Amino acid sequence: MANIRLIKRRIKGVKSIAKITKAMEMIAASKMRKAQERGLAGRPYSEKITQVISNLMAVSSGQPLHPCLTARDDIKKITIIHITPDRGLAGGLVGNINRMTARFILEKNVNTGIIAVGRKGLDFLRRTGRKIEAEFTGLGDYPDLLSTLPISHIVLDEYPKGETDEVYIAYTKFINTMAQEAVIEKLLPVEPAEIPAAENVEYIYEPDSSAVLDGLIPRFVEMQVYHAILESIASEQSARMVAMRNATQNAKDLVDDLTLVYNKARQEMITNELLDITGGTAALE
Amino acid sequence: MATIKLDIVTAERLVYSDEVDIVIAPGIDGELGILPRHTPLMTMLQPGELIARKGNEEYSLAISGGFLEVRPDRVIVLADSAERAEEIDIARAEEAKKRAEKLMSEKYAPGVDAGSVEAALRRSMVRIKVAERRKKKAPRI
Repeated sequence: MANIRLIKRRIKGVKSIAKITKAMEMIAASKMRKAQERGLAGRPYSEKITQVISNLMAVSSGQPLHPCLTARDDIKKITIIHITPDRGLAGGLVGNINRMTARFILEKNVNTGIIAVGRKGLDFLRRTGRKIEAEFTGLGDYPDLLSTLPISHIVLDEYPKGETDEVYIAYTKFINTMAQEAVIEKLLPVEPAEIPAAENVEYIYEPDSSAVLDGLIPRFVEMQVYHAILESIASEQSARMVAMRNATQNAKDLVDDLTLVYNKARQEMITNELLDITGGTAALE
Repeated sequence: MATIKLDIVTAERLVYSDEVDIVIAPGIDGELGILPRHTPLMTMLQPGELIARKGNEEYSLAISGGFLEVRPDRVIVLADSAERAEEIDIARAEEAKKRAEKLMSEKYAPGVDAGSVEAALRRSMVRIKVAERRKKKAPRI
């Protein structure tokens, strides 16, 4: 019967899909381990350097510490560094971050330039007609700091010149293997920390404030961008592993269901044949 | 006795985090000793040895530069790299030093950046110093 053959072919197809998703799951799992390690290892530095700079901001009385830290009252243009994976098949991860950035742009409603890191976000923003100022794709699964410097240097270049008034960074924060969260954080200017007035004493700088900050600020931006990319990769691999595990499971469930249907159809066919035979002999007698 | 919270981080990891009695750090303008309730200070670090004392324990690290923030109750060290004395491979450090010295002697060779060679030389010397101090002290314990 044609129907039976059709079901059989379908079962075969679903089985081979399960094989592929299983393989993808295992690849993602092995990449995930390394990516998570790297993402988490960089966190203390990223947190501490942010803390240090916002402390410095809090106590600087009046004059701006560094051209990269000057907050501007009139926001004419913002820049968003939008970090996404190069590849999909990672569950809702890509959709979440793209949706968040799109909504953020609508809410801000000012001239927005985008630095797109990763093909998925680039394609999405281009499709929706956003202004892409720079694009970086193919960073790979384990990028080093050096290969991310061109990204941070755009910001370090433009902000002091006033070509952009606020810089945001959109990435997927890694929480654990099952959960990742799309976030958008302000990179520049740094928000001053809230320090009680009693502790609000000017810093002593060695050798002097401009030398320290000229060293510290680029380092800060470079590390934040690099770290956001590492977090995004850890999230991507985790999300992909979970998505592929679900896909494999679904395929197996589907095979089970189809096998049941197939067996029923086969049984029915046999029964029909038997009925035909007994009907035939009964007619002869 | 009052203590001060010390956090040492590098880009790769959290190296050290504890309450200590005193921190001695290689500031750009000279060695700094930091006790609890120090006035706020922000300095660059030069390659050198960073020591933290807690009671009778001493913790020593070879730092290759970075930044140091001091607040009355805590110290944050943002190090470019930090190695514990026992992690340092002396043979490798000696080799790096020789390599740097050789490059220094042929100063005008093309493609050699004198500044970075000098920095490499200083880094390797610091590592050797820290590791050897540790070695000398070890038998006494």
